[in-house]
Amino acid sequence: MSSPEPYVSSASMVETAWRYLNRTKSQELLIRSTCLIFIYLLAFSVRLFSVLRYESVIHEFDPYFNYRSTIALVQDGWYEFWNWFDSESWHPLGRVVGGTVYPGLMFTAAILYRISNFLTACIKLRDICVFTAPFFSGNTAMIAYLFGKELKDPETGLVAAALMAIVPGYISRSVAGSFDNEAVAIFALVTTFYLWVRAVNQGTVASAVLAAFAYLYMAASWGAYVFISNLIPLYVIVMFVSGRYHRKIYVAYTTFWAVGSILAMQVRFIGFNHVVSNELFAFNGVFVALQAWEGLVFLRTKLGSRQFGQLVYLVAVGAASTGAAAVAFLTLSGKLNPWTGRFWTLLDPTYAKKFIPIVASVSEHQPTTWASYMFDLHMLVFAGPAGLYYCFKKPTDGTIFLITFALTAIYFSGIMVRLMLVAAPAFVLLSAISISSTLQAATKELRTAPTGDSAASAAADASAAPKKRAISKRGPEEAPLTSKRGPNIAVLLMVGFAMTSYAGHCIWVTSEAYSSPSIVLISGWGPHRHVLDDFREAYYWLRHNTAPQSKVMSWWDYGYQITAMGNRTVIVDNNTWNNTHIATVGRAMASNETEAFKIMRQLDVDYALVIFGGMSGYSSDDINKFLWMVRIGGGVFPVVKESDYLANGDYTVSSKGTPTMLNCLMYKLCYYDFGQIMTEQGKGTGYDRVRNYEIGNKDVKLDHLYEAFTSEHWIVRIYRVKDLENRF
Amino acid sequence: MLGDIVKAFSDEYKKTPVRVKVIDAFLVYALATAAVQFAYMMLVGTFPFNAFLAGFLSCVGFFVLTVCLRMQVDPTNKDFSGISPERAFADYCLANLVLHLVVWNYMG
Repeated sequence: MSSPEPYVSSASMVETAWRYLNRTKSQELLIRSTCLIFIYLLAFSVRLFSVLRYESVIHEFDPYFNYRSTIALVQDGWYEFWNWFDSESWHPLGRVVGGTVYPGLMFTAAILYRISNFLTACIKLRDICVFTAPFFSGNTAMIAYLFGKELKDPETGLVAAALMAIVPGYISRSVAGSFDNEAVAIFALVTTFYLWVRAVNQGTVASAVLAAFAYLYMAASWGAYVFISNLIPLYVIVMFVSGRYHRKIYVAYTTFWAVGSILAMQVRFIGFNHVVSNELFAFNGVFVALQAWEGLVFLRTKLGSRQFGQLVYLVAVGAASTGAAAVAFLTLSGKLNPWTGRFWTLLDPTYAKKFIPIVASVSEHQPTTWASYMFDLHMLVFAGPAGLYYCFKKPTDGTIFLITFALTAIYFSGIMVRLMLVAAPAFVLLSAISISSTLQAATKELRTAPTGDSAASAAADASAAPKKRAISKRGPEEAPLTSKRGPNIAVLLMVGFAMTSYAGHCIWVTSEAYSSPSIVLISGWGPHRHVLDDFREAYYWLRHNTAPQSKVMSWWDYGYQITAMGNRTVIVDNNTWNNTHIATVGRAMASNETEAFKIMRQLDVDYALVIFGGMSGYSSDDINKFLWMVRIGGGVFPVVKESDYLANGDYTVSSKGTPTMLNCLMYKLCYYDFGQIMTEQGKGTGYDRVRNYEIGNKDVKLDHLYEAFTSEHWIVRIYRVKDLENRF
Repeated sequence: MLGDIVKAFSDEYKKTPVRVKVIDAFLVYALATAAVQFAYMMLVGTFPFNAFLAGFLSCVGFFVLTVCLRMQVDPTNKDFSGISPERAFADYCLANLVLHLVVWNYMG
């Protein structure tokens, strides 16, 4: 060991490194950085299952539209994209894409593409789009670390990062290939919340401006920005009500409001909604209320108590009357935008089912079951409420914010499965607090010398007690569990076991449930493995074998995929902005062939496309979705009655089905030529492998369409609409 | 009643330092400009709405930022003990720059 000299040291490099590493602070920094690097790599790699099993392909439906928009952005430039009118969808209406899209995701992918090209790593745009989500989930884990650090200490941050990296609720919408808004929006959400808590803690204007920029990114990326702009005012109100209001909150909130509002209004889709919509009423209202409060406080320092009392009386009367009059006038004259249907669904879960069938039909909008909570959160379901306890025990500004966030997120996640995505970060942070506190308390005694023997009975008692009861027996957090080593080690082992099983569960869930691309299907195992690539086969057939100006009619689920891969104009797509147009298509699918032909002539349809699972056993086909078509069509055109398609209340296409059902266009297009096929050994011809019975009408004849293409496993069937017949 | 209030207020207000009074004058100017814009909008109508919003929100915005500055440089405010007046002013300039850039973009 060389003598410690200030500047010139004769120690070798190894000795210097060893001396450096022996200092606790450097060790801590090294451990932390290594952990964070591994967490980042883990967050990225766990999402790559589908890329490894199938290929680097974009999944599902919505991402295809985002992909197509990104291509348009990269090829045509920002100005063209911002003003893009898409005439290839919603024929003949078209769609103003520039004004109805959240551009954050496309913009991010385009920037990543330009950066990688600039650095001469010429990655294809499709691969950039596929890997945007895992890249940003790694970033979210890093922000979770910073958030945990801001809430409590760096140890909490590390646990938060580790939990966030693999929580299944987040993975479900951010696997490689899931190029959807949530991929960057959850990153923006956690960042905005982190920067907000930081702004409240620091009280500087600059930190609030930074939070406003994060809010801009969130507003540009996802429609759930209204969650942020309602949660933050709610937090201010909570701080008021709990008597913890201070001037730093005023600075943070008003700066956030002033800069954030005007930034968010730059997004065309949001526009004026930010000041006139009812959804953002709380956001603006709390701002006004804060000004009034601070004004009154200012006046109180300047006036005597009697004058102040008189002033308060005058102001209260005046404000109440003008406020009521203004709200009444604005609402009655229609200047305030009404709440949207999606918003009402959040307060009354049965609203959509009763009034808006198209919102009710989306599978992601179904209520959440208890099983989903366990599936998506596993151990966090138990550690989350424990974290709530810790937050209440030692409330700071940051933890009160976390409490508000968690409680609202839990409530909303109970309404819609899709909102589990928002609850996942809340659970992660709460669990991080509870796990970190437990571990810190347990290890505190272990770092000092053991003060007593671990008596076997005491150790056995402590290990036998369940983890939660052991935690609640402790007093203040700094005091360790007991001074004996045994129980502390037992707690450590239990937490270690819980974390290990959590990790195992998350990876299993990712592998089994959340990594299917939906566009490529695989059946069978090992040597009998069979890939069904029917979708892409059919869309590329469309792309190469039909006239460029052809219009394709299908159910709205497939619109984005058809425009992106088939490059043809569609009648309706997943944007579902025009319910009447969708109802027209639904009516066409549900009518008999002659009626449907009239509607198709009206809409200029050249090709009709249906998805059929009866041959392959693919269960998300159009016959299973058919009742939704009838309901949506019937919602606008009363001539389509749901009862006509149900035999004794049962939905069936077997011989017991109603004549309306067995002669409608959807039935004919799906089962054309199917009646002669033997699908399963031992059953008759025309045995539908999804519905598990033989079909009713086996002899389907088409007058106004002819079959153009059927994919290999009959999953996608395309029919050409014939021209009108000659007069003679 | 109103006269009493105004008199009590102005008596107390005379005691504030001149630097703070300058900031307060600026605040009054900001509010007055916002009021004028609002009155003009009521008279002439809201088209183009983005221009009105840009102008109005810019006034409200820098009013609010100036109030924050006033709070932060006030030595009796214990909440902001860690922030020096120079830092507060630098933040103020930065925030105003951002606000007016965005307003300029939004005016159309």
